[in-house]
Amino acid sequence: MRFVDEFRSPELISKTAEEIRRLAGSERHYRMMEVCGGHTHAIYRFGLKDILPENIELIHGPGCPVCVLPMGRIDDGLSIAQDTNVIFAAFGDMMRVPGTQGSPLEHKARGMDVRIVYSPSDALKLARLNPDKHVMFFAIGFETTAPSTALTLMRARAEGIRNFSVFCNHVTIIPAMRAILASPDMRLEAFIGPGHVSTVIGCRPYEWIAKAEHKPIVVSGFEPLDILQSVVMLLRQLNASEAKVENQYKRVVPWEGNPAALKAMAEVFELRPYFEWRGLGTIPQSALSLREEYAEWDTERRFTVPGIRVTDPKAAQCGEVLRGVLKPRQCKLFGRECTPERPVGALMVSSEGSCAAYYNYEHRKATAPSALTMIA
Amino acid sequence: MCLAIPGKIIEVSSLISAPPGQESSWSPSSALVEVAGVRRRIDLGLLEDDKPVPGDWVLIHVGFAMSKISEQDAADQMNTLRMLGEIDGAMQEVEGYGLEDVN
Repeated sequence: MRFVDEFRSPELISKTAEEIRRLAGSERHYRMMEVCGGHTHAIYRFGLKDILPENIELIHGPGCPVCVLPMGRIDDGLSIAQDTNVIFAAFGDMMRVPGTQGSPLEHKARGMDVRIVYSPSDALKLARLNPDKHVMFFAIGFETTAPSTALTLMRARAEGIRNFSVFCNHVTIIPAMRAILASPDMRLEAFIGPGHVSTVIGCRPYEWIAKAEHKPIVVSGFEPLDILQSVVMLLRQLNASEAKVENQYKRVVPWEGNPAALKAMAEVFELRPYFEWRGLGTIPQSALSLREEYAEWDTERRFTVPGIRVTDPKAAQCGEVLRGVLKPRQCKLFGRECTPERPVGALMVSSEGSCAAYYNYEHRKATAPSALTMIA
Repeated sequence: MCLAIPGKIIEVSSLISAPPGQESSWSPSSALVEVAGVRRRIDLGLLEDDKPVPGDWVLIHVGFAMSKISEQDAADQMNTLRMLGEIDGAMQEVEGYGLEDVN
């Protein structure tokens, strides 16, 4: 169990929890989605659910880039790297994600040249260090990581490094939120907005949620106090029948985002007409591909990509969990066939996936009360 | 990958010289940062509009400084990473920047 004094401003946490109980003190049922996988992780880890009243339901959103990537894209990337001249470079998060023939790590064990990089610029460095090989960077992530891939591509082009390409799987958060709101089995009242994505895109892109969908959204930080304060801000709006975009995470997120990052993305990427999301299906204009000027560094133009499509195992209900229709434990495979050690679905792979977060922390609750409950 | 790691700028330098004809649009720079005692080079290209100077604190995503933050926010963020059980992952990431501790 963690110690109470690890938390910043425990007295403020206590007051905020009290304020939440006061604001939610009616019969009303509140359904809020935290969009970002980082928030999902924090909510489970800190046991935030334990201190929220039962009529506040937190629904876990699609903001885990590893989790929403369809298995076919992993198979596509790995099939290109079957060529012994190709180095498959990706973030560590990707290494254990299962493809139909195994994960990148399992392919490495079978002899494929698979490398972990912690930055896109290090994938480019690999290309400089291995002039006789082709380095394919398997790029994933929302707007938090896409600008770094963009700058890396600008650098590759400026330096004329030709043995480097990007297999682009970057996705954008707004169309996913739009798809969730359009889903017929989804009833949502409010959003806890993503923190780090918003450092790049700012708060303005969420305005349609308030204006057209009449739902409040609060961009939030990741500390327990941040998330609780965001819940207070949402409850105040909901109780007053208001729908505004608010920014709880002002200390990091500027309202206009990061102009240099947006400029780099606009220089390198364009929107794909369609992209398949695991669990959400095909969403128009929801992902990025490389502009014509960067065709030479685009894996999908340099190589023949098989375009593999894989249906998720029928028993796995990743889609329903991703859309917030089912809780992780309601999936037939949860905790039995599908565990963090042997994941069937991607939601069990990443610590930001709701199934892994649920598996790792929710079980513990029976034995140890969270430190937060002692404060609040 | 989705971690935001706080680091202190130690030294700012130019990363590569601009190719001929692209000097105006292309001036990437990098910085030596310190994260919990570990020093690595990160990219400053995404803070072109608001360049940090030595002594400033930044949040780092996948080897790129993404935003400037206060020293207090940096300490709070480190504490959040620790409480989230992500500190080992964060340090592994930082140590891996520049391919130094991997492959």
